[in-house]
Amino acid sequence: MKDITSAIQIIPLNNYIVLSMALFSIGLMGVLFRRNIIAILMCLELMFNSANLLLTAFSAYHSDPTGQVFVFFIMIVAAAEVAVGLSIVVMMKRNVESVDINLLNHLKW
Amino acid sequence: MIFLFYLLSAIMVISALLVVFSKSPINNVIYLIICFIAMAGHYILLNAQFLAVVHIIVYTGAIMVLFLFVIMLLNLNKAIIPQKSKITRLMAVITGGFFFLVLLAATRQTFEINPRYAFTSDIGLVSNVGKTLFHEFLLPFEISSVLFLSAMVGAVMFGKKDHTRDEV
Repeated sequence: MKDITSAIQIIPLNNYIVLSMALFSIGLMGVLFRRNIIAILMCLELMFNSANLLLTAFSAYHSDPTGQVFVFFIMIVAAAEVAVGLSIVVMMKRNVESVDINLLNHLKW
Repeated sequence: MIFLFYLLSAIMVISALLVVFSKSPINNVIYLIICFIAMAGHYILLNAQFLAVVHIIVYTGAIMVLFLFVIMLLNLNKAIIPQKSKITRLMAVITGGFFFLVLLAATRQTFEINPRYAFTSDIGLVSNVGKTLFHEFLLPFEISSVLFLSAMVGAVMFGKKDHTRDEV
């Protein structure tokens, strides 16, 4: 137990920065890669969580709980976003009988 | 302990890649849950015990179940959605890779500033996070309830059947 609470003194902060950047890039790649709108929402969650991880890492390394409160607020916003997004998915499925984003191109031009 | 960091990071990155590359939506949700559980492990390593618990409850307990529920409600098979064209997928992978490279290059020249407070391992406990939340961030906390209310109203509005559309 003592090892775990003092683990961040061994792990450099740079590792967490690189990890969260990798996760953000994977999420961005997924948004461009997929056509299924539910998979795109999941990749958005991935990007949200990389930002959360970075905020928590800075908060822990600076011993300041403000960053963790910010992560808490981001979780609140993410929950609201998912509720609205999934209801949009349900509405889209009902109107165009598919969850393919290429069918929703009326705002493109 | 640094071994634990690399183990959790490997699990996270591999399952995140599987979220992007596996075709079935159910598999995507399962891999994302694995990714989030590994992230809760990272939170425990970072002494954010409260956030780890909230992350498990909110993300894997509520949000991913909501995803699974919608997938099962809409009966989404993998045969319905065709993939993007090969060149678009290749460009997506290249864009993601180069974005990662740009971010790496942008943070290479940074330097660490000295922390304002001395190191303590108990900042992530419920009492400390709660003190900060209810002293400095009380107003945003109350406003977030308005956000939740509007999100709920919006979800109900979107979820309702559109009667005017049927008549046209």
